Amino acid sequence: MSLDLDVAKTSIPESGTGGGRRFSINLRQSGIYIAFAAIVLLFTILTGGDMLAPQNISNIIVQNSYILILAIGMILVIIAGHIDLSVGSIVAASGAVAAVLMVNHDIPWPLAVLITLLVGAAIGAWQGYWVAYFGIPAFIVTLAGMLLFRAVTYNILGNRGIGPFPDEVRTLSNGFTDGYLGNIGLGALGGADLVSLLVGVAAVAGIVVTQWRSRAGRVKYGQAVEPFPLFVAKIVVAGFVVMFVVVQLARFRNLPWVLVLLAALVLGYSLLTNRAVFGRQIYAVGGNLQAATLSGVKVKSVVFWIFVNMGVLSALAGIIFAGRLNQANPTGGDQFELDAIAAAFIGGAAVQGGVGKVVGAITGGLIMGVINNGMSLIGAPSEQVMLVKGAVLLAAVAFDVWTKRRAGASR
Amino acid sequence: MTDSILRMRGISKTFPGVRALDDVNLEVLRGEIHAICGENGAGKSTLMKVLSGVYPHGDYTGEIEFEGQECRFHGIRDSEHRGIVIIHQELALAPNLSIAENIFLGNEQSRRGLIDWNRTNAAAAELMRRVGLRENPVTPVLDIGVGKQQLVEIAKALSKRVKLLILDEPTAALNDEDSAHLLGLLRGLRDEGITCVIISHKLNEVLEIADRVTILRDGRTITTLEAAGLTEDRIISGMVGRDLDHRFPPHEPTIGDEILRVEDWTVHSPTQHGRLLVSGASFTLRRGEIVGLAGLMGAGRTELAMSIFGRAYGTGISGRIFKDGREIRLRSVGEAIAHGIAYATEDRKRYGLNLIEDIKRNVSAAALRKLARRGWVDDNEEYRVADSYRKSLNIKAPGVSSITGKLSGGNQQKVVLSKWIFTDPDVLILDEPTRGIDVGAKYEIYTIINRLADEGKAVLLISSELPELLGLCDRIYTLSAGRITGEVPRAEATQEGLMTLMTSEAPR
Repeated sequence: MSLDLDVAKTSIPESGTGGGRRFSINLRQSGIYIAFAAIVLLFTILTGGDMLAPQNISNIIVQNSYILILAIGMILVIIAGHIDLSVGSIVAASGAVAAVLMVNHDIPWPLAVLITLLVGAAIGAWQGYWVAYFGIPAFIVTLAGMLLFRAVTYNILGNRGIGPFPDEVRTLSNGFTDGYLGNIGLGALGGADLVSLLVGVAAVAGIVVTQWRSRAGRVKYGQAVEPFPLFVAKIVVAGFVVMFVVVQLARFRNLPWVLVLLAALVLGYSLLTNRAVFGRQIYAVGGNLQAATLSGVKVKSVVFWIFVNMGVLSALAGIIFAGRLNQANPTGGDQFELDAIAAAFIGGAAVQGGVGKVVGAITGGLIMGVINNGMSLIGAPSEQVMLVKGAVLLAAVAFDVWTKRRAGASR
Repeated sequence: MTDSILRMRGISKTFPGVRALDDVNLEVLRGEIHAICGENGAGKSTLMKVLSGVYPHGDYTGEIEFEGQECRFHGIRDSEHRGIVIIHQELALAPNLSIAENIFLGNEQSRRGLIDWNRTNAAAAELMRRVGLRENPVTPVLDIGVGKQQLVEIAKALSKRVKLLILDEPTAALNDEDSAHLLGLLRGLRDEGITCVIISHKLNEVLEIADRVTILRDGRTITTLEAAGLTEDRIISGMVGRDLDHRFPPHEPTIGDEILRVEDWTVHSPTQHGRLLVSGASFTLRRGEIVGLAGLMGAGRTELAMSIFGRAYGTGISGRIFKDGREIRLRSVGEAIAHGIAYATEDRKRYGLNLIEDIKRNVSAAALRKLARRGWVDDNEEYRVADSYRKSLNIKAPGVSSITGKLSGGNQQKVVLSKWIFTDPDVLILDEPTRGIDVGAKYEIYTIINRLADEGKAVLLISSELPELLGLCDRIYTLSAGRITGEVPRAEATQEGLMTLMTSEAPR
């Protein structure tokens, strides 16, 4: 409302055809979610509903968890205007370190996990140093890292895998929360785990409360907010999606632990990018490096810590991946970097940096996960899956470039 | 002499929501230098893009008649084929290629598909002689200065047998010497029969060189005037639609104690070993005072300012800085900001703004921690702060969520100023704060500068426009070849006097 008033006062010609422009902006921001919904719908129809079956939803989450974790780190790297090609090798190397610690040396699993994450941080610091302080392009540093850390993995493991992992680690990767409160009947849907359902309800309540408070705050400061019906519709859709997934999971084997972990990471990193000073500085560095420098942002330090963060998340993904296979493998994590990078770009990151969202990267990762899963359900050969994924990546970035060009032409 | 080479009739061009050109008429006579003046956003560049085919036929309405024939260009190649060449403000040269290669880029001198280097370099040398460029044709373009690069562009245009040469702000980045050479060259080309259209903000140059002047305002043709007998004030009143009696707002300074003193400041070049950029510079700033820093391009003004601003530029920096009488050390930009020093860059697009972000995030960029509690930014507060600057500095935008890249130059500059005012500085260094912005917005910027001084801040104003320094500053330092060559109070300062000091020492 107040926005329209401002427009009238300052009479900026840009707002003359505001309706059309606003729509195109919305399309650019929400296009990814619409595309995701369309892809899910498509495969639900093609698979006769198997896509959304309880066990399949659980599978999609568990099978893609490590890519999604990598995508969170990758989107930060890409927002800052860099790239990391080494994450697949770091996944393998950290899985190997975890295996050696837990299996060969019988170190208690929490300590072993901690040490592995620190090793990931050290690897990230190594790469961050060369990129941020020495000034070598990240493409080169991490290409070298890709070879380097794969070699380290072979050095640690030789040509064989090490396993099995302790039960706790396997549970984290593969397992589900316990049904502390037992099951309740959901009529035609059968029995479902009460704890999972309560968590789902709490999550929806959390979404409603935070969205409401954020809206109220914006209104109090006289900022423009979306129309109330749209606001309600968005919350209803989000609540429905969350509850649908939770009910399906509760009907299968409760909540996967990796989902709990992922939810915490998405929440934490979304807050970091939107609200934290450090997060804002990442966008500033990626948007205009010189302007950020001259605004007092410690550019080198920001870039350095982004790579450290990427290293830690890669190590976390490495532990989960190895735990899921119950074995650390020298070829593990191969080409994970490509999936993580694709997830970030499908999710709306810009190649030049400065743009991107954590939730976008997660959605991008899920789009690829759903394509993988859905195509294997309908029995498509793997070369077709690659073909479709490649086409989706190209189409997503082409769409982004196209909307940007249209926006730019209105100058 | 009175036959016209170009007639543009009833040209209109709309972008979504913006009518950029509205029934514009332009007639250019054969063999004249025709200047186009107008505020930013008046439609000058859009008109030239229509003419050169950047906006193809059908994208606009109206007619273009070139040498008596109606033209429908579908791209730059079409217009170049007819002999219309446009040289943009941002030069379109490949920095790593040689001068000769750049001249014949896209028009390579080849024999059976292979480039004939002898012919290329010989032809380039001949063209370079015509434009007065004394360099080796095989020198990479990045090794020559901006002024010479401009000449390469013109040589390139000549190689295409140009009949109508369009120059968009050709002297914006040039020093006076290079500008003078360029203007002389254009006169020479006119005498050879090449017609020139020149877009310029520098009205003195326009009056010096143009035969006729067309003024655009808000996408319309206001008038076309004979340059003989024309005054700057007449052009300005046409551009802004009102008589501008006072180009500078009246200001009574209230000058207080010394706030910043720089002693014996010396800076070396980070790229050329051992080269002095600033040597032994000393100056003081007092509260409530606007101090000018005059110097020709290359005198070291920006280098002096940026090196003080937390060593943001230069190596081998020595000297002492005193703030409020106490010596301070500024090792990083963050420390400079913390000590209440702000530096608004001369190149806001490259160094001042994150163009893909909105106004509020740019305003908060240098003082984000002021909006944060325990590392978390209060974005409602950020909105409030940005919106208050939007109102008090009159930033023309639909709201503070507008992307800065889409604002006009003057409004972008106001965003930059908002950013630095929000850091609550005691000392503001403003480097060419009115470069490339229109007359109306300049006046607003001047008002803001006066207001800052009235709040007790010290302003160091770097400007290439001497009238601006004379109109605003209480005291002016002159810089020549890295040395401070004079300190002149407002009452004693004249353009001629300053220019003498600015050129008083032979370079290097």
